[in-house]
Amino acid sequence: MVDRVSARRRWRVAAVTLTAAALTFTSACSGDDAQKNGSVTLTEMDYYGTEPNKAALGQLLDSCASTVGVTIKRQVVEDLRTRLLQLAGAQSLPDLVLVDNPDLAQLAATGALVDLSSHGLTTEGFYPNVVAASTYQGKLYGLAAGVNALALYYNKKLFTDAGLQPPKTWSQLKDAAAKLTKGNKQFGLGMALPATEEGSFQFESLLLSGGGDLKTLNSPQAVASLQLVADMMTAGSLPKNVLTWNQGNVEEQFANGTLAMMVNGPWQLPVLAKTNVDFGIVTMPVPDAGGTPSSPLGGEVWAASQGKNSAKAVEVIKCMTSADNAATWSKQVNYVPANQQAAAKIATEVPTMKTFVDEIAGAKGRTAELGPKYPKYSEALWTAVQAVLSGKSTPQAALDEAQAKAAG
Amino acid sequence: MSVTIGSNRALSTPGGVGEARPRRRRASALPFLWPVLAFSVLFFVYPLAKNVQVSLQDFTLASLYTGDAPYIGLRNYGRIFGDPVFRTAVGNTIVFTLFSIVFQLTIGLALAVFFVRTFPLNALLRSLLLVPWLLPLVVSGTVFRWMLDTNNGIINHILLGLHVVDTPVPWLTDYDTAMVGVLLCNIWIGVPFNMVILYGGLQSISPDLYEASAMDGAGKLRQFWYITLPMLRPVLLVVTTLGLIYTLKIFDVIWVLTKGGPANATQNLTTYGYQLSFGGLSEFGQGAAVGNVLILVCLGLSLVYLRTLRAEGEVR
Repeated sequence: MVDRVSARRRWRVAAVTLTAAALTFTSACSGDDAQKNGSVTLTEMDYYGTEPNKAALGQLLDSCASTVGVTIKRQVVEDLRTRLLQLAGAQSLPDLVLVDNPDLAQLAATGALVDLSSHGLTTEGFYPNVVAASTYQGKLYGLAAGVNALALYYNKKLFTDAGLQPPKTWSQLKDAAAKLTKGNKQFGLGMALPATEEGSFQFESLLLSGGGDLKTLNSPQAVASLQLVADMMTAGSLPKNVLTWNQGNVEEQFANGTLAMMVNGPWQLPVLAKTNVDFGIVTMPVPDAGGTPSSPLGGEVWAASQGKNSAKAVEVIKCMTSADNAATWSKQVNYVPANQQAAAKIATEVPTMKTFVDEIAGAKGRTAELGPKYPKYSEALWTAVQAVLSGKSTPQAALDEAQAKAAG
Repeated sequence: MSVTIGSNRALSTPGGVGEARPRRRRASALPFLWPVLAFSVLFFVYPLAKNVQVSLQDFTLASLYTGDAPYIGLRNYGRIFGDPVFRTAVGNTIVFTLFSIVFQLTIGLALAVFFVRTFPLNALLRSLLLVPWLLPLVVSGTVFRWMLDTNNGIINHILLGLHVVDTPVPWLTDYDTAMVGVLLCNIWIGVPFNMVILYGGLQSISPDLYEASAMDGAGKLRQFWYITLPMLRPVLLVVTTLGLIYTLKIFDVIWVLTKGGPANATQNLTTYGYQLSFGGLSEFGQGAAVGNVLILVCLGLSLVYLRTLRAEGEVR
């Protein structure tokens, strides 16, 4: 008898524990969706975790939220791409996302994004190549407020001391880099060529300026651009560390005087302004005088996900990409406004931005031709670059292999 | 053997639960099992089953959103087995694991033997040596990335200063030496774990054995070969199996140091699988297949580990 009572009590305790656990679980799941006083709350995700970009984007979001009359709940996510793919799988993407432009095509391919033009967004006045970078299968899935490109930074003091002019052609680049190299203490050129998209992005600035295109990785132009990098490494003017450096590391080495030149983007300007290095910026060198400097188009684009809030989300994007807002924001984060007039204005107002504005017109969207297949080409490309620079292969062989792998 | 036995008991408690009890009491205990069962199903069984399922599907970006993915049998496995990078990754994983284990075990054992002696500051030094194991892998990796830097790294600085080498060693940037650089970091991280467990094992060897052997005229080396090593055998087996599983599934260290580069020179199965699924390629089916291959290998090793434990229990 005693045993039975205690047994029953155990059952009861167990039941209570279970119910409590179940209640906690359900309440945890449903807590967030409650909307305050009927106004629409949009969720937003971006990866702007560092200043000044973090605060500048916050301001832009706040001002457009009040223009449109919505509340925006922002979330900064470090590894945004992976997170968004996971959320797409759970059908719970945030209403608004700010993604790196080469990732947009993949996200659009999931079918989770809305066609912005169907909600009345126009791209008049925007750089056509910026629009192309956000278009997938003829539909506009994203729009950038500001974009960026890569250019060549040079240390003015080192150039003056050596009596050199900033290079315009590849042979001048090679020559200047060799003259500005001092053993293992100082190197002529630095760039970031790690085994990631960042490595491909940086190398593409040479490949595209050399007249190559991203669809044919083993074109003679592409081989020549990889040969250029390989030659500079053999000559000792490009340090071997570039294979593990990211663009931030390159900036640090340039700032402390180890690098006489670097390939980098305008987002480094605020960081460099805090150092005492005296630098100039020129467009990417080209094989022969008169060529068109180019760069892969960098920067993030706004996209809206399918759902009941998508119309409001598109309104917010419209506000954020408007010429005035884009100009203000671009100035804060050192981007080039995607709106051509706003860009032209910034070129005259901010001297350090002029080179980058000049370069945008000739820049190419990485996914413009390849769409969601770009990552495959990119991986093949960075592997080829690394294979050559780590002494495993030659430019022609490595790029032949890359093309076979990417297209296969 | 007190320490060893103690640790084994702690590890094998689940086996000791099933003592004879009245039927009713066992039935009433069932509801208490639900949280554990629910937890295991939700967080272990479901993801594993899902991973197997995805590996049999043509799981593209669109399937991610819609959930629809056609079944394609074992074609994902066919594709990865046919990929030269997969073969490189398998080779690298074997080399990486083998060298990590051998060096971690030897250095760990040497340190453990050293610390068994009593000397001042022994306990302090021993706890300091634990630091590498306590640090987050990302921190260790980042620090090593700078220490192994070709031109600014302290390791090359010292080697050049001592005239061991004439030119800086491209630790992480040369196709042929990158694996050495990554191994250096991983060995450093793994030594403390080996040392601590082996130290515990050593402490449990009765001093009487050494005393008796000394009386019989055995030297230090003989004592090590004929007493220390045989008595440590069970602990060594456990450490090796755990080390194998731990090293096989390592990701952070390689990702921070080289991202699998240069040109796949340090690509192992975990980084390769990640690259396929999330590195931009979005080949989720193939990524899952790589994951399953790795799980199978680890499962096999876990069985060896469990058998070792059981065999040791029988000896006891």
